[in-house]
Amino acid sequence: MVRVRLDHVTKYFGKVRAVEDVTLDIAHGEFVALLGPSGCGKTTTLLMIAGIYKPTRGRIYFDEEDVTDLPPKDRNVGMVFQSYALYPHMSVYENIAFPLRLKKLPKHEIDKKVREVAKLLKIDQLLDRKPSQLSGGQQQRVALARALVKEPDVLLLDEPLSNLDALLRVYMRAEIKKLQKELRITTVYVTHDQVEALSMADRVVVLNEGRVQQIGTPDEIYHKPANTFVASFIGTPPMNLIPCEFTEDKQYKLVCSGFTYELPEDIGNTIKSGLTTSEVYLGVRPEDIKISQPGEPYHAEATVLVVEPLGRDVIITATVGENTIKIIADPLTAQRIGNEIKIRFLENKVHVFDRKTGKALI
Amino acid sequence: MMNRIGKSISEGISRISSTTSRIFRKNRARKYSRTRYIISKLLKYIIVIVVAVIPIIPIWLMYGWMIAQSFSGKVISGIIPVDLTLKNWRFLWSPIVMGYKEYPNIWPIVLNSLYLSVGTAMLVVFVSGLGGYALSRMEFKGRTPLMQFILALHAFPSIVLIVALYVILHMLNLYGKGFWTLTGILVIKAALEIPMATWIIKGFFDTIPWDIEWAALVDGCTRFTAWRKVIFPQVLPGVAAVAIFAFLAGWSEFIMVFTFITREEWYTLPVFIYYLIGEFKFIDWGMLAAVGLFYAIPTIIFFALSQKVLLRVYVGGIKR
Repeated sequence: MVRVRLDHVTKYFGKVRAVEDVTLDIAHGEFVALLGPSGCGKTTTLLMIAGIYKPTRGRIYFDEEDVTDLPPKDRNVGMVFQSYALYPHMSVYENIAFPLRLKKLPKHEIDKKVREVAKLLKIDQLLDRKPSQLSGGQQQRVALARALVKEPDVLLLDEPLSNLDALLRVYMRAEIKKLQKELRITTVYVTHDQVEALSMADRVVVLNEGRVQQIGTPDEIYHKPANTFVASFIGTPPMNLIPCEFTEDKQYKLVCSGFTYELPEDIGNTIKSGLTTSEVYLGVRPEDIKISQPGEPYHAEATVLVVEPLGRDVIITATVGENTIKIIADPLTAQRIGNEIKIRFLENKVHVFDRKTGKALI
Repeated sequence: MMNRIGKSISEGISRISSTTSRIFRKNRARKYSRTRYIISKLLKYIIVIVVAVIPIIPIWLMYGWMIAQSFSGKVISGIIPVDLTLKNWRFLWSPIVMGYKEYPNIWPIVLNSLYLSVGTAMLVVFVSGLGGYALSRMEFKGRTPLMQFILALHAFPSIVLIVALYVILHMLNLYGKGFWTLTGILVIKAALEIPMATWIIKGFFDTIPWDIEWAALVDGCTRFTAWRKVIFPQVLPGVAAVAIFAFLAGWSEFIMVFTFITREEWYTLPVFIYYLIGEFKFIDWGMLAAVGLFYAIPTIIFFALSQKVLLRVYVGGIKR
């Protein structure tokens, strides 16, 4: 168990920028997820922590030790690859025992540890098989066992669940989280699946195009997105971003296509202080838009475009002025295509982003 | 198997007979197309037989002749053996007299041949295993030109080099030195095989995902132990292929041994067989056949054993 610190880490492949200026502090036993679309540099970051890639600039520390120039074998990290990367010519037992054999541990101790970890991961009946004789889920457990058997200081997981079927994925999500909490190993988990990141991690690092967009708890990431990228990347469906104009005459207002949203004085002041131009996005999560009953107050009028029932909720796609928004509504509202509805934003859940910089203003 | 064939034949016959009767009753035009179908099918089989089966017959006949000849006292009209005997195989245990030369038996010659071919195979596997890895996995300046150059090396037939090789061996004081000359030929043979072998093995290394190598590094390997314990075992099919080719190249090497080896106790089997024909006034065809068969045995064994390795392809554990 160590504290992992990335200090202004940058990685270029030739002229291609993979990771730019990532600074990150991962505490003892913390579970951090690196989240982002493919090609955002999350796996590169992970491989730099593992020691496979060397950063072009910046340093990496395990506790106070600078490990930037250490080869992977001297870092005591365990890693699970997306492809599992099991050694096909070795049995499951040999696969798990491999890191211990390289450490030249005595035979009986290797045997004890292999059986222990195999039992922990419920693969003790598979030890004699070859990786090719295992299902995807079993292979994944073997890969996890191989990473854990050496009692690593840091556990690195590179999209470990992406090759599993949906049901198994949900199950393994909980399993891995439970295991991590039991063993208290500092863990870095790379995923492009926001559900995995939000549900498993203590903290989430959102990356895009090699840069850190936001670091925060799952709650913060979801409820206080730092910029439009995070807002539109997190959530299914993601946050609605409605282009508006920020104005102030008697009152602070957002003038949007089809409606005008009035802002309270204090919030208006906060926005004004951070603004570069008057062009902003009004951001509202689909679940924070309510359909008003007749007679209730409302912010805008909309026309229903598509209705997608999902059982527990209904996703309604509607047009407001020139923009299209998504609303998560109660199935009981029974909307139909073409219906004219009145919608209300939950005031304390409304976000405003600077359209030029993308930064959140409130 | 036979059951299944029998069943399908009987099914086919019953189908044909039922259709023919129907055709007879109803449609003459369809009967015509049916015959045409059968003829075209027949024609296909005839072509297959002519192209693929008949050319093999002489080869099989030759092997058959060799086997028959080697175990019989004499043969009638070149193919029918009479007088079963092991006399032709006496070279395995008794002295062989060829003109002025006399060998105690064939085994020293076999050892020379094995030394040359196994040595060549081992050297080729060692060099091409490391070279192929470097070409496949390591970035360095001039990698592509080097690879093209390596391939170009393969274009030279060894016979072109024979005079130059003679000079080189002479300069290295390896000419006419018996064992050391044979070792010299071993190195030359390996050098001629290595370019292509490196390319073949590079192709096998290319198919191994980086993940596996990275996993080995994270698990505590250095680059070399990762190669030795994780990467190399996975290119064994390629190694086997390369080893077989190199072994056969050494086993069948004639011209260099013939040219450079001056002392007959260091001859290899091909040269020995050549002298078996060349130095007898009356060729002992029986013994020649037996030695020929004997010469083919390691090749057959090597192929039979390595076929499995050649066909074995790892599938599991890699899903990318």
